[in-house]
Order: sequence, then C-alpha cells, then structure tokens
Amino acid sequence: MPGITREEVAHLARLARLELKPEELEHFAGQLDDIIGAVARVSEVAGQDVPPTSHPLPLTNVMRPDEVRPSLTPEQALSGAPAQEQQRFKVPQILGED
Amino acid sequence: MSDHEKNQRIIRLTAAEIAGKIASGELTAVEVTEAHLARTGAVDEKVHAYLHLDREGALAQARAVDEKRARGEKLGPLAGVPLALKDIFTTTDMPTTVGSKILEGWIAPYDSTVTRKLKAADVVILGKTNMDEFAMGSSTENSAYGPTGNPWDLTRIPGGSGGGSSAALASFQAPLAMGTDTGGSIRQPAAVTGTVGVKPTYGGVSRYGMVAFSSSLDQGGPCARTVLDAALLHEAIAGHDPLDSTSIDAPVPPVVEAARNGSVAGMRVGVVKQFRGEGYQAGVLQRFDESVALLKELGAEIVELDCPSFTLGLSAYYLIAPSECSSNLARFDAMRYGLRVGDDGTRSAEDVTALTREAGFGAEVKRRIILGTYALSSGYYDAYYGSAQKVRTLITREFQQAFDQVDVIVSPTTPTTAFPIGERVDDPMAMYLMDLCTIPSNLAGNAAMSLPCGLAPEDNLPVGLQIIAPATKDDRLYKVGAAVEAAFVERWGHPLLEEAPSL
Repeated sequence: MPGITREEVAHLARLARLELKPEELEHFAGQLDDIIGAVARVSEVAGQDVPPTSHPLPLTNVMRPDEVRPSLTPEQALSGAPAQEQQRFKVPQILGED
Repeated sequence: MSDHEKNQRIIRLTAAEIAGKIASGELTAVEVTEAHLARTGAVDEKVHAYLHLDREGALAQARAVDEKRARGEKLGPLAGVPLALKDIFTTTDMPTTVGSKILEGWIAPYDSTVTRKLKAADVVILGKTNMDEFAMGSSTENSAYGPTGNPWDLTRIPGGSGGGSSAALASFQAPLAMGTDTGGSIRQPAAVTGTVGVKPTYGGVSRYGMVAFSSSLDQGGPCARTVLDAALLHEAIAGHDPLDSTSIDAPVPPVVEAARNGSVAGMRVGVVKQFRGEGYQAGVLQRFDESVALLKELGAEIVELDCPSFTLGLSAYYLIAPSECSSNLARFDAMRYGLRVGDDGTRSAEDVTALTREAGFGAEVKRRIILGTYALSSGYYDAYYGSAQKVRTLITREFQQAFDQVDVIVSPTTPTTAFPIGERVDDPMAMYLMDLCTIPSNLAGNAAMSLPCGLAPEDNLPVGLQIIAPATKDDRLYKVGAAVEAAFVERWGHPLLEEAPSL
C-alpha cells in the first residue's frame, strides 16, 4: 500500500482549503500514514463483484409538493454572517493576486 | 423534608415517574426543573456535561406546563420532563456550537425538527451538552471547550461523541438526553456510563437541523437511564419529516408498547463470533457471557452467527465517514456564518477560508477532512472509497442472512470500559477501536441499543450490552431491552447507577 508523505498532506490540505502549520503537517503525515495503513484492508474486497452501497435506504428522487411555504427572512438568513452590507453577505475579494 | 432532600429524590426519578407526578399534581414542572438546575449547579463544575445552560428558558417552559395543567388541558407523556440536548441540534434560543470554535456563539435561525418536536411535547430543554467536535470522536476529548468527566470516575472519559449527554444522565442532571450516532456516539457513551442509548433505524428520526457529519450514517436518537424512558423519548422525536428527504415515510415502530411488555421468551438471539477476541477486556466479555446466559434463562434460544465481513467494518467506516465529512464540512467557509479570521482587506476569500478553517477546526476534524479528501481523490477512489462501499454491501448482506435466522443480535457495546482522559487523545487508531462493535449497524442502517449489563470486575466500571434489530424493527430492541433490564435490576437489587459514587 502506498504511504502518505508530508508533501501529499500539504497538497490535500490545499485542496480542502485548510491552512496547516509545518508542525501539523509533520504530525498528521505520520498519523494519516498509520490510519491509511490500517483501513487499507478494505481493498481485500476490491476485486469482488459486489455492488457498492452509498446509502442504507433505497431512495430515489424524493420530492415534496411544489408549494410555497415559509422560509427565512433576509434578517434571519444574515443573522450569523461574519460581515454584511445592504442585505447581502459581504465577502473578501474573490480573486487573489495570482 | 428539606428542599435539598426533596431535590435529591426528584433527580433520581425516571422520566416516566416525573411525567406521572406532574400529571397527578404531586410535583410541579417548575419544582422538577429547579431540582435539576440545582443539581447542575452543584456538580457540573466537576462533570462539565453542559456547554450552555438555559435556566430562564427552562423555567419558562416548565411554568407553561404547569399553567397548561391548571387550565385542565391534557398533558403529553413527557410534559414537564427535563432533557439535555446534544449541541448538534439547532436551537433558536440557545447557541449551537457542535463542540467547535468555528461555530462559537452561533445562534441558528431555525429549530431542528427534533428540537421542535421536543418543544411540542412540552419537554423542558435544560441546555446543550458537550460533544466531540462535529461528533468526531469516542471520548468527548475532541470538544473545543474541554473534556467531560465520567460520573463513575471523573478522570475517565464519558464516551463520545455524546459524552455530555451520557454524563448528564449518569450524574442525575437530567433524566433524558438527546444523542446522535454515526459510528456509536449514542451507544458507546451509554455503555461506559451505565445508561441506555438507542440508535434508531437510519431515517427513523429526522436529521433536519442536525449538523451533518456523515450524512449516510448520522442518526439522532434517545438517551435515558431506563429502557422505558428511552422508548418514551424515541416516540416523541421519531416519525416522517418532509424536511428530511432520507426520513422514513412509515409509522413509528411501537417502541413504548414494546418497552412496557419486555420479553424474550421464544425469541432467537444471535451471537456473532467476530465480536470477541483480541482487544476485548476480560471483564467486558465476562459480563457479556453472563448476559447471554441470562437471555437463555429468560427463554431465548441462542444462535451462533458467522459474519466475516464485520471485521472490515471499522476500516470501511474510517473511509466512508471522513469522505462524507470532508464534503459536508466544506460549508464552513467563513462566508455566511461562523468564524472568519484573516479578513484584513488584502487577502482573497480563498485565503480567508483556509485561515479560518485552520483556526476554527481541531486536530481530529482536520485529520478526517484530509483523510476524506485523500480517499476521494482520483487514483485512490476505487481502492479506498469504492472498496469501502462494497464492504458496506457485504455487511448489510451478512446482517440480512443473520436476521433470517434470529430476531435480534447481541454483543458487547464496546471492547473495553471507560479509559482515562488523555490516554488515546493523540492515538487515533486506538481511539477508533472503541467503535468496533457499534459501526456495523451504522453501515447497514439498522437499529441498535446499549444498556447496562454490570460492572467489569477488574475496574468496577460499567459494561454495555448491545442489542441489534433489523431496520424498522426498533420495537424489538425495547422488548428485549426491557426484559434484560428487569432481570438485571432484580438480580442486583437496584439499578446499576445506584452503585456510582456520589459526586
């Protein structure tokens, strides 16, 4: 089984939008390597012709009637916003320098 | 009788007894609430079960129940009964933190369906209980707000993720509590604190307003000190909810009726041979074997079962749950609610998101997000996530084959009793092993209960007996649980919790 390196952890953290300190990278790399080593046992069944289960209930396209019902007011929807302006979520610039 | 003596008596009553005494006028809901608040004032500095206590709101709710009775209105079966709510269910009148700094102080704009149903049933919500951050953990040590102590020994863990709820019950701060169970977070805390916890069939209790960790596994459920109390709470919170598309559109199984008519006579009870062996504490297996012998005495037929794929359950779980968590927790992006750090006018939204998640998430959440991101990444997806989903099918099939032969399955709830706080906190694999016996039911989506079956002789700490029933047959848990509970209480001469040290 492939192990996981410090560089891979850094790459995964970037994909997950998670800043990590250098010491965290080091620490997690060791721990994740152990965890992956342990859970990799599932690949014993990789070759078996077994359908995957993504969900315990066999449900498809659960719909409710298309009727107007009460929803959040703008004030309620914005009540937890870190910043707001003119009844909108105020966010940092969406394009960085690069 | 002094107020103190009266309060001591009230806090040891069951939920069913409290409801009966309020309905008959022997006690008022305000007296009951005050007794529990006084208990919390006296012990919770040591236990740390609560993250937030809503003294005023609870008393107002209690007063409303007393007024309802004074007007001659009929009271529901849990009217005026206090409850400790896991801090994962949203509430409009209290913060919902999920044990995380990223939601510190957050007040949700809507009540979860469970909260709404509890309020409609006139249950008095005392406060929100401590938990592992985002329900990720087996000890409540992963809470950003500090650990909770096990009332049996405050230096040990109360289980997790619902350790605040189990500790509130075991320290008599509430007769009822709510939990959520993704890999054992209701049953495992119940086992290590000598209380009762039920993971209903997946879809049995609405997930609307329950902060998501792993959506195909998460299931809210009742926690209590007796099987009947758990059934009463189960009935109050269960049922179809159009706001949760995975909610089961069928009547709630007759759980209260089952709890009032406990019996195992003529039932076939399965014992899975994979649920023992290396890693299981001797005293846990001893109490489990005694429970099996008891079931036989009570008229059950014991059937040995072979479920080889169960040994892959833990591995499959620790791929599926982190994968779903890495996706679910993407919503914590510092834009619409919760923490935001580093927004100094020069940084981009993406940088602010990454800095906020670094500051707001604890170590276990970060580990699982990275693990899930890894398992879902191209090149590894088939080997890890894909295989884990196949294991899920195999486990479900083995349960189906088992339930062709037996009515319920029993096992120890956890391989060991409560371990000392700090012992496994930075050893994730050791921590994960606590969920060995509980995980298969989450993967298959069936129903399972933990109830006390004695103290392990070597450490005098509670051992849990797990009962597993087929999906939607939750009532069988209560039928068997009530029979086992009654037989044990008769054998011990009192409920197990009476042996817990006074705090």
